Amino acid sequence: MTQTKSLSSETNAEAAYLCLQGVSKVYATHDGPVRALEQVSVGARRGEFLSVLGPSGCGKSTLLMIAAGLLRPSSGAVSIDGAVVTRPRTDIGIVFQSPVLLEWRTALGNVMLQAEAKKLERTAAKRRARDLLGAVGLSGFEDKYPHELSGGMRQRVSLCRALIHDPNQLLMDEPFGALDALTRDQLVLDLQQIWNKRRMTVLFVTHSVPEAVFLSDRIMVMTPRPGRLDRMIDIELPRPRTLAMRETPEFAAYIREILDLFLARGVLREH
Amino acid sequence: MAEAERSLPRSPAVAVAESEASAERSRARRAWRARIRNVLYPVGVVLGVLVIWEAGTRLLEVPAFLLPPPSAVAVSFIANAPLLLFHGWITTAEILLGFALSIVVGIPLALAIFLWPTFSRSVLPLLVSSQAMPKVAVAPLFLVWFGFGLLPKVLIAFLIAFFPVVISTAVGLASIEPEKIYLARSMGFGATATFFKFRLPNALPSIFGGLKISITLAVVGAVVGEFVGGDAGLGYLLMVANGSMDTRLLFAGIVALTVLGVVLFLLVELAERLAIPRHIIAGDRGVHETA
Repeated sequence: MTQTKSLSSETNAEAAYLCLQGVSKVYATHDGPVRALEQVSVGARRGEFLSVLGPSGCGKSTLLMIAAGLLRPSSGAVSIDGAVVTRPRTDIGIVFQSPVLLEWRTALGNVMLQAEAKKLERTAAKRRARDLLGAVGLSGFEDKYPHELSGGMRQRVSLCRALIHDPNQLLMDEPFGALDALTRDQLVLDLQQIWNKRRMTVLFVTHSVPEAVFLSDRIMVMTPRPGRLDRMIDIELPRPRTLAMRETPEFAAYIREILDLFLARGVLREH
Repeated sequence: MAEAERSLPRSPAVAVAESEASAERSRARRAWRARIRNVLYPVGVVLGVLVIWEAGTRLLEVPAFLLPPPSAVAVSFIANAPLLLFHGWITTAEILLGFALSIVVGIPLALAIFLWPTFSRSVLPLLVSSQAMPKVAVAPLFLVWFGFGLLPKVLIAFLIAFFPVVISTAVGLASIEPEKIYLARSMGFGATATFFKFRLPNALPSIFGGLKISITLAVVGAVVGEFVGGDAGLGYLLMVANGSMDTRLLFAGIVALTVLGVVLFLLVELAERLAIPRHIIAGDRGVHETA
């Protein structure tokens, strides 16, 4: 207890909700151990939209899996409200890069899976599932199977499944990475809308700079492997953010700052 | 001319709706024709072969004990119908018992292999080498051990048929995206629920793939058992017909066995259709969309 206290004061955070302290992860591979994460310390405030931005292979996904309690850090600790996480967290909603839908269940059935896991009252959960699907534009598709839905629709179903139990935290691992640009824009807007209403804590892993700037309160930029926290950037754009805002000088300045950082680290190269 | 005049005053929206309707009509027509072709073509080929066979045996005066014409086989089939039915029933019982035993033993075995790595490591090599051994060679041994009754045939059918069930079940259980398991754990499902809600449904297409191979092998097993030492069953009937040079009855018996095999296979396929939604049946889409 004393240990977590002293550590959380280190990472600042008035009322840090999710706290990562000196988290490292080493994978054993055939070519020897690989350091995926090195000494990452970060605190996410309650209700904060925090993005993790970095090049491929910088351990972003590993970070998210550790935050979800699905992977154990090699060293360091994760805590929620001061309590150390030792098992998979079930109070969260999680969205992967692929939709991970069960092919033998309909859209509604897939969303209801979460309700079954949480033993929510069935009729109320069903109503809520339909509402959620409707909110992301999937009314009328409740009884379709995943193979009858487009990639964007499947990812929306996956988002609804992560939200039906009204989780405290939403963990998203490059959720829009496999989608086309237009669908991606729409889903980013949908996500903002959902977050504006509920203000759950979000940990959003992405490699898209504009997406991170558009959605986030704060962005933690990671270094290339081994992933370390490079810079924490506060995004102080007014909410709700609009597509037009992407053309403003403020928006461009944030993008510039991050790109400059990537140039300096050799992630990007301007020949 | 009249056609052109009539289409002039129509609004574009009506025109679009009309072309939509005609596109739908022609699609339905194409689908219908494809369905008819799917039945017509194979039936045509079979009829063609039968006609050539019939004409060939008659024109070349092939002796009936070498190759009877199809008409003679048909006559023999009808004349011996009660006999074929009696022996067919016995063979069916052997096949079904052997197949059931394959499921009852094969699936738990696959489960153990999947759940218990030590078991897998120690038993799987044994299992694989048991498949390399020609099972027909064991048949006489079974005869010595278990006599001439139903049991040795059932056991041979089982021995030949259970392996695909084990392998396809074990493979099906193991082949699941890791994200699905992560998802189950983050949702808070326990091990049992994860198995029944994620792993087992995920494995069903593969399991049924194994069952379909298994049922055809069970037919082979039962007939081999009857060949080696039987006093009843279609395999026994074939041996008797062969011994008395009744080639017509031999052919009738082969036809009966083929029909039996196809019917049993279709029954397993029906069970598959009932157990899992059509779109995730392994290979189903590939087969039917090429049509």
